[in-house]
Amino acid sequence: MKHFRTKRSRFTVGLALFSSLLGSTAQAAIPANVTLLNVSYDPTRELYQSENAAFASYWKQKTGQTVTINQSHGGSGKQARAVIDGLEADVVTLALAYDIDAIADSKLLATNWQQRLPQNSTPYTSTIVFVVRKGNPKGVRNWDDLVKPGISVITPNPKTSGGARWNYLAAWGYKQKQTGSPAKAKEFVKALFKNVPVLDTGARGSTLTFTQRGLGDVLIAWENEAHLILKEFGSDKFEIVAPPVSILAEPPVAVIDRNVDRHHTRKVAEAYLNYLYTPQAQEIIARNSYRPRSAAAFKKYASNFPNIKLFTLKEFFGTWRQAQKTHFSDGGTFDQIYTP
Amino acid sequence: MPPFTRKNRHILPGFGLSMGYTVFYLSAIVIVPLATIVIGSFNMDQQAFIATVTSPRVLASYRLSISTAIVAALFNAIFGFLSAWTLVRYRFPGRRVLDAMVDLPFALPTAVAGICFATLYSPVGWIGQLLAKADIQLINAPSGIVIALIFIGFPFVVRTIQPVLAELEPEIEESAQSLGATRWQTFRRILLPHLFPALLTGVTLSFARGIGEYGSVIFIAGNLPFKTEIAPLMIMTKLDQFDYDGASAVALVLLLISFSMLLVLNGVQRWQQKSYR
Repeated sequence: MKHFRTKRSRFTVGLALFSSLLGSTAQAAIPANVTLLNVSYDPTRELYQSENAAFASYWKQKTGQTVTINQSHGGSGKQARAVIDGLEADVVTLALAYDIDAIADSKLLATNWQQRLPQNSTPYTSTIVFVVRKGNPKGVRNWDDLVKPGISVITPNPKTSGGARWNYLAAWGYKQKQTGSPAKAKEFVKALFKNVPVLDTGARGSTLTFTQRGLGDVLIAWENEAHLILKEFGSDKFEIVAPPVSILAEPPVAVIDRNVDRHHTRKVAEAYLNYLYTPQAQEIIARNSYRPRSAAAFKKYASNFPNIKLFTLKEFFGTWRQAQKTHFSDGGTFDQIYTP
Repeated sequence: MPPFTRKNRHILPGFGLSMGYTVFYLSAIVIVPLATIVIGSFNMDQQAFIATVTSPRVLASYRLSISTAIVAALFNAIFGFLSAWTLVRYRFPGRRVLDAMVDLPFALPTAVAGICFATLYSPVGWIGQLLAKADIQLINAPSGIVIALIFIGFPFVVRTIQPVLAELEPEIEESAQSLGATRWQTFRRILLPHLFPALLTGVTLSFARGIGEYGSVIFIAGNLPFKTEIAPLMIMTKLDQFDYDGASAVALVLLLISFSMLLVLNGVQRWQQKSYR
C-alpha cells in the first residue's frame, strides 16, 4: 500500500506543520495545560477512568501542570489501525503486543518498545477464566469440560478480537502443557470450536451474546471482564469458574514516539505510563480486577484473584509475532481447524 | 438525446458547467475513493491476488452474501409491493404514521437493528422463545442474515413503487375490467408492465444494499467460517490483521460482482421498457 503511505505522510506533514504552529504559540505562554490521548482496547474503560483522575492530581501536585487525558476505546486491532492511519495517540494501551508491533512497523515508535518499560511494558496482567450460569448447571470446572458434547461455548473470533486470541492460546497451551503435543492441542482446540455456535467480532459482543441473549453454557473471558459481568448483570445470575491452568495475559502499554515528539508531550506521556507502576496505581489496577505487578497490591486484593497456574506466551508460543503467524494469520491453525 | 457537440447547441444552456460539476462531484464522492481500492489491490502481485480472492473461505463468503441478498430482495419485491399497494390505494386511519415508518430502516443505525433482531430471536427473546419450542433456529444461520437484509432493503422497494403506483389511475384498471379482463389479466397486462421498472429498481437497490451490509448482519449471523461469514466481514477480518492489500482485493472483487449485477439489471430494465413500448 505504498500509495497510501505517501499520501498519509504528506497529510501528516501538513498536520505537523499546523500543529507546530499551534504548539509554538502555546509554548510562548506557560504550558499550564497539557492533553494526552490514550488509545486503549474495550474493557479498560473503567480502569483508565480511575487511573487518569489519579495521575492528573499526582501530576498537578508534582509540576503544577493540569493534565487532561482523553480516552479512546475499541477493539484492540481496530485501535491499532486507527493509530497507524493517523489517530494522534500519545500513548497506546492495547490487548496484546502484536498490535503495538504493527504500529511500530509503520515507524511510529521504536521496534524495541517492549524493553523500554519494566516487565515487558505491562504494568498489569490478566488471565482467561470461564463465566457460567448461576449454580454451574453443566458442571464446568476445567478446559476439558468445554469439549464435551452438549456444551455450548461462547468466545469471540480470534481474527478480529485480541481477547479471543488469548482465549484460543489459553486452551491450546493448557492441552500442550498436559500432553506435550502440539498436535493434540490442535485437536483439542478444534473440538472446542465445534461447540462454539457464534463468533462475535469482539469480546464485548460475546459478553452480550452470553448475558443478554441467553446463548451458551460457558463464556470464555478476560478475568476483569468476568468480574465486570458479575457487577453489571448480577452475581445472582452468573458465576466465575477459574480453571486450574490458564495463560498469563500481558496487555502492554507504550508511548508513540512520533506523536509525543510532535505534541511536545513526551515527558508527561512517559510519566503517565511510569505512574502505572506506582503503589497507588497498582491498587487501582487490583480494584478493577486486573492482576497488579506489585505483590503488596496483589496480596491486599488476593480474594479477587483465585489461584490459577499461569503459563506465559513465551512458554509455548514464542513472541506475539510468531504466535500470530502460526495461529491467526491466513492459513494458520485457526483457519485450519475450520477447513472442512 | 442526441450526443452533445459544439455544432448543435442545446436549447437548455449551461451544459458545460453542469457536466463539469457532475464529473467533479462523482469523482470526489465515488470514483476517487473506489479507485483507492483498485490501487490498493494493485500492490499485490497477480498470484497473491488470485490466491486471496479464490481461497475457499472467501468464495464461501461471496456465495453467502450474494445468495442472502438475492433472497432478501425477492422477499422485499413481494412484500414491499404489497405494502406500497396498501399505502397508496387504501385510505385508513393511521396511514400517514405507517407510511412514515417505512423510512425507519433508513434512519436507524444498522447495528441497532441487528442487536434488536438478535435479541428478539434469541432463545430468551419474545419470538425466539416460541421458535425454540418448535426447535426452529432462525438466527446464527443464513436465515438470520436474510432477516436483517429484508429489514435494510424494505424501504427501497416501497419508496420506488409508491410514486409510480400513485400516478397509475384506478380508472385504467376499471376500464380494463369493463372490457372483459379478469383480475389476473388486469394485473398481469396492465399493472405489472407499468410498475415493473420501478419494482426492478427497488429490488436492485435492495439487493445492492444487501451485498454490502455489515453493521446489522454481524450481530445476527453467527459469523462462523464457511457457514455464516459474509463478504464484508472477510474484509474487516483482513483489516484487523493489518492485511490492507488482502482487504482491498476482496473488496475489489465484491465491487466488480455488484457492479456487473447492477449493469445486468439496468440492461433488463431498459430492454423491458423498450419491448413494452
